[in-house]
Amino acid sequence: MTLVEDSSADRLGSVSSGNALELRGVTKMFGALAAISDITLTVASGERRAVLGSNGAGKTTLFNCVTGDFLPTSGTIRLFGEDVSRFPAYERIRRGLRRTYQISLLFNGLTVADNVYLACRGVSRGRFSFLRPRENDALLTRADELIEAVHLSPWRDTAVANLSYGQQRQLEIALALAGAPRIILFDEPAAGLSPTERSELVAILNGLPGHIGYIIIEHDMDVALRVAESVTMMHNGLVFKEGTPEEIENDQEVQELYLGDGHE
Amino acid sequence: MALAERPRPGVQPLWIERIPAAWWALALILLTMPAWANNFILFQVMGWTFILGMIALSLMFLAGYGGMVSLIQMSVAAMAGYMMAIFGNSGMGDISMGLPWWLYLPIAIVIAAIFGTIVGALAVRTEGIYTIMITLAIAAAFFYFTRQNYTIFNGYSGFNLVVPPELFGVDWRQPMPFYYLTLGCAVICYAVVVYVSRAPFGLALQGVRDNPRRMAALGFNVTAHRIAAYTFASVIAAIGGILLVWQNAQIAPGTAGIPAVIDILVIAVVGGISRPIGPFIGALIYVLLRTFSPDVLLAFGLSGERFKLLIGLGFLAVVFFSPDGVLGLWERWKSRRDRRRDPLTGADE
Ligand SMILES: Nc1ncnc2c1ncn2[C@@H]1O[C@H](COP(=O)(O)OP(=O)(O)OP(=O)(O)O)[C@@H](O)[C@H]1O
Ligand SMILES: [Mg+2]
Repeated sequence: MTLVEDSSADRLGSVSSGNALELRGVTKMFGALAAISDITLTVASGERRAVLGSNGAGKTTLFNCVTGDFLPTSGTIRLFGEDVSRFPAYERIRRGLRRTYQISLLFNGLTVADNVYLACRGVSRGRFSFLRPRENDALLTRADELIEAVHLSPWRDTAVANLSYGQQRQLEIALALAGAPRIILFDEPAAGLSPTERSELVAILNGLPGHIGYIIIEHDMDVALRVAESVTMMHNGLVFKEGTPEEIENDQEVQELYLGDGHE
Repeated sequence: MALAERPRPGVQPLWIERIPAAWWALALILLTMPAWANNFILFQVMGWTFILGMIALSLMFLAGYGGMVSLIQMSVAAMAGYMMAIFGNSGMGDISMGLPWWLYLPIAIVIAAIFGTIVGALAVRTEGIYTIMITLAIAAAFFYFTRQNYTIFNGYSGFNLVVPPELFGVDWRQPMPFYYLTLGCAVICYAVVVYVSRAPFGLALQGVRDNPRRMAALGFNVTAHRIAAYTFASVIAAIGGILLVWQNAQIAPGTAGIPAVIDILVIAVVGGISRPIGPFIGALIYVLLRTFSPDVLLAFGLSGERFKLLIGLGFLAVVFFSPDGVLGLWERWKSRRDRRRDPLTGADE
């Protein structure tokens, strides 16, 4: 069973060359506070990037600007070459962007199956359909596969409100894998997971097809270094360092600033 | 209750066997009612209940599934009624155009749906109390406009002699035909709402209610979805509005006056907005109170006008004891009963 659909060939054609994400001078102000300032960042198609940084560094704000949860105060964001800076979130998602939330944002009144089905429906046609899906509906099958992939099958018909914290985190990931993602933003997916759940998460991330890139915010260096091939360090709303995991791990300044303060 | 119940091992019951006995009993009572109830009950009590239930159902759809408390539903219903009088037949020959029923009915419903959609488009960018305020403001504007405009809406007096067409040689305003007509429309509207609530459109609407931000992050255009919900609800309200005008044989500004607008909210809240049956329960309670409480009050030597006080007190009591109306009370009673019967599974709830 493949975890994520392979996008159709024509879609892949435009992906294989160029960058998944290009940020130029992206700034987000909250009143007088610059949560992120002048961020310039490029992520290639299929690249797997970790974003590190202390609390309040602006990592989540960066994600919010990329997905369109907030519009940036200034700067441009290109998604697969297309300027999406002023696009609403749903338009960016339909272009292959996905995300998870640091604090789970799920549909508490609905079951696990309905949550995942909505995610699959959101990136396909028929969002406004008045007809119930048939038993053999492809999206229902797809939703069941995703539920299986995040080990939630026994809780398929359980309301989200009755899931444990760890299960809600798994469901977050299932929602981000729906459809044909091309780049996924994971906001601290491992936070609060048990060691077993963590290795399951690493397995899921490493099992993604090669054309799917992602950016993962992760405090746990151990997890971050096992799933990422490049690292961006953020500090006080700025990009502080970029490099391979080894370079970042051995960097003097980074150690003083981040690893040295007893984190993890 | 998942979207598609996967086939479970063992024998699947037929869908017909899964309908609870209480529903069969209710269907039997409703279908045979003309055999044992008098004309007043059929036409005035039940007919009115079904009509108000449908209009409140349109609010339940928006509020229960979409989290949008709209006070425009009665105005949308009245708009359909007015359009029927204007494009069809009424006592006001110089305004009414006298089109055939198969033209004026769709026209009335479409115009009402457009009206509801425009109001929805204005309201969906607001949340909570502001949605209530903006829809109430438009409802008030609609009321004053219809009262002051004589060229289209015939102002204060409105339209009289607006009656249903004599289809199949039946006079649909006779108690028994009217009873079955309203029952049929109510059942269809109810069934459609139940069906749509589990279709992608309805499911996504519940997603929008629970978490609009996440819906956008899943690729849904939240604003468009909310507006479409108003359009859908408007069609249901419009059908209710047409039947209401037929029942009264007339329409006037007061049909959608502020008290009538508020009554729809009261009906939906008293019945319960978590499930589509709630509005019909609320409507029955409302109609019974309005119909019989003046007599009861008079018997106690009080003014019959006080029935509004009774309704108000009833509203307060229900909202106070159960935020989800009579449905909520019923569900609480049921879970308590189940717990008594089976402490092991009941404790889990
Ligand atoms: N909606 C908001 N309104 C006002 N200020 C905000 C908002 N969101 C974030 N901030 C501020 O912006 C700064 C960056 O926050 P952000 O959530 O992006 O940090 P982070 O790097 O994700 O931190 P953490 O590791 O704690 O998740 C913080 O100072 C935060 O207080
Ligand atoms: Mg964060």
